[in-house]
Amino acid sequence: MTADSAVPSPSPSPAAPVPSGAGAEPEILTGSGAIIRSLELLGVTDVFGLPGGAVIPLYDELMTQDAIRHILVRHEQGAGHAAEGYASASGRVGVAIATSGPGATNLVTAIADAYMDSVPIVCITGQVFSTLMGTDAFQEADIVGITMPITKHSFLVKRPEDIPAAIASAHLIASTGRPGPVLVDITKDAQQNKAPFIWPPKLDLPGYRPITKAHGKQVQAAAQLLAESRKPVLYVGGGVIRARASEELLAFAELTGTPVVTTLMARGAFPDSHEQHLGMPGMHGTVSAVLALQEADLIIALGARFDDRVTGKVSEFAPNATIVHVDVDPAEISKIRTADVPIVGDAKDVIADLTVAYATAVKTTTPDISVWWTYLAGLREEFPLGYSEPTDGLLAPQYVIKRIGELTGPEGVYAAGVGQHQMWAAQYIKYERPNSWLNSGGAGTMGYSVPAAMGAKVAEPDRVVWSIDGDGCFQMTNQELATCTINDIPIKVAIINNSSLGMVRQWQTLFYDGRHSFTDLNTGHGSAMVPDFVKLAEAYGALGIRVTSADQVDDAIKLALATNDRPVVIDFIVSRDAMVWPMVPQGVSNSYVQYAKDHAPTWGEE
Amino acid sequence: MSSHVLSLLVEDKPGLLTRVAGLFARRGFNIESLAVGRTEIEGLSRITILVDVEDLPLEQVTKQLNKLINVIKIVELDPSQSVQREHLLVKVRADNTTRSQVLEAVTLFRARVVDVGIDAVVIEVTGDSGKTQALLRVLEPYGIKEIAQSGLVAIGRGSKSITERVYKN
Repeated sequence: MTADSAVPSPSPSPAAPVPSGAGAEPEILTGSGAIIRSLELLGVTDVFGLPGGAVIPLYDELMTQDAIRHILVRHEQGAGHAAEGYASASGRVGVAIATSGPGATNLVTAIADAYMDSVPIVCITGQVFSTLMGTDAFQEADIVGITMPITKHSFLVKRPEDIPAAIASAHLIASTGRPGPVLVDITKDAQQNKAPFIWPPKLDLPGYRPITKAHGKQVQAAAQLLAESRKPVLYVGGGVIRARASEELLAFAELTGTPVVTTLMARGAFPDSHEQHLGMPGMHGTVSAVLALQEADLIIALGARFDDRVTGKVSEFAPNATIVHVDVDPAEISKIRTADVPIVGDAKDVIADLTVAYATAVKTTTPDISVWWTYLAGLREEFPLGYSEPTDGLLAPQYVIKRIGELTGPEGVYAAGVGQHQMWAAQYIKYERPNSWLNSGGAGTMGYSVPAAMGAKVAEPDRVVWSIDGDGCFQMTNQELATCTINDIPIKVAIINNSSLGMVRQWQTLFYDGRHSFTDLNTGHGSAMVPDFVKLAEAYGALGIRVTSADQVDDAIKLALATNDRPVVIDFIVSRDAMVWPMVPQGVSNSYVQYAKDHAPTWGEE
Repeated sequence: MSSHVLSLLVEDKPGLLTRVAGLFARRGFNIESLAVGRTEIEGLSRITILVDVEDLPLEQVTKQLNKLINVIKIVELDPSQSVQREHLLVKVRADNTTRSQVLEAVTLFRARVVDVGIDAVVIEVTGDSGKTQALLRVLEPYGIKEIAQSGLVAIGRGSKSITERVYKN
């Protein structure tokens, strides 16, 4: 098999001047020029970055063109998460640029995050002169080596003539198969030296053959199992969103009548308003979604990876279920739970094939899942998502988040940080479309939200973009508010300020006898309020609003929605005692899901 | 645990070995031996890895290796369906009183003496690890001064080739 036949080619925009063809002399460009021209021809229109010594040549050429908008961030981690938010909100490849050494290492967290959540980003880093590499030169770091375990692939480029192929390969690898981050490290001399620019470049990737079309027999076997199942469930993961397979999923679910659960990464892949949707499974999932998986006789996993936060204790997870596992990454199949029917393929194609195969299978089989539905609908009714009002008289964080979702609507984009507010945002905002919910699911990166929202707003400028953040998370990356103000990126930030590292505090309350060790941040009610988030917002040129009671919530959200000439930060002072429920404590079976503290649902054993 | 021999066809790119070795390290597997060399196709190298691991984690690590962009193909070589060899150079104390006995052992193992000094000889032997280990046990009483051993290399029996279907066109 040759690389050409195996790998989809990058599609250069036809309108762009392509210096190729017999007779025409290729244009001579510097390596820096080649980087920019390659990105442009790949359809990249926005990049996030911060210059430094080893990328000055690149920045020098960035200044003289207008095909690509460069957004100057305040910290390279912000560039990385912005590229992620850009990619997650739009499905297009996000691009981040950093200099060598510390610039590059500041990208590492975002790269790890993108790797865990399969986000298509390309990170371009400057490297010291090739003649200085390996000598502990100023601002030298082996970023290719450092990021090896957390990138889908990486390139080290030392010659300008190799740049077009490296950039095109990186873009291709990042966006096809199972998406992920790709790093291109380019020495300063490669950026400065000149070479003929040849496009499209010849891509030499003999080892890259992402499988997209599934095996027909396996698909038929899966459809037959579904037709015969009495207790099936569709376990939908983030892969469905990355594969743009929501439409196919809806058709498949409606044809089969199967209950659907969407994981933290898949919120929005299937409409929350749909009657077949049981909500999110996992540690903080709904009782009906958790128990649907736990008691199923057939689980069809679609682009999901049996994360420990979903399965609980793996050895006791869904003991009676036959597993159909659909994933574009063969390494995910049977990694955690052995698949009875493994299907390697792109979710979009496989779900469409499954739909056809199911229509055939039911000609000879009569599916009956009515008893199962009666049971699940009962659970859903008995254990709806809910919360009790805080006894300290302060705002309920769940109420705030719920109102943000209701007043903004499903066309908005919601980017959460990590912790309690993230879980509440996953639970209490109703998602109706893919790419409307962005969060750091696998890595759990505090500080993701503000820059990710910024990236999302750049990608989708016509949408309302909320950063739903915690007071802890916000303090990690809020410097990007400056970027937002200066570059006219009017995101809205809701700080769910409980004055503490809330999720850790919740675990300390529940599992460490209430010993709240170093989780008090002093940002909220009854504390020194350092920093004052409203003053901080104003210092950054954003509109700052403080909300302390329920009657102020709607007005503040409406004011934020009406303010589009600058970023908005709302400091919601909420109760610190609110907890995320339901909860499956770590390391136990999902059967022990607790609806509220010390309140486990009773449910029928077979 | 059980030993497995993996043969990897890889692109000859900088950092490739780190990527491969890193995958094993991250999963906590110990590589017993590793040998890298060129193949008949320019730009392609072959890595032979001997690893001690159960079947299930081996499957996972194989799948992960397959995801490496520069890895083109992986096969596991069954000992009965392949030829597996390692190469050993050993320096043994051998003076006038013991040299003849050492040379006898060399002959018995179909090994070769490649250097002779006043009180030591360097012996070269090729074989599977059973043979090289047996020779070492026999030589041990004379005093082994130094050992240099290659990683295992292996190739499938019969006419089929690992590169066959990779670069046909």
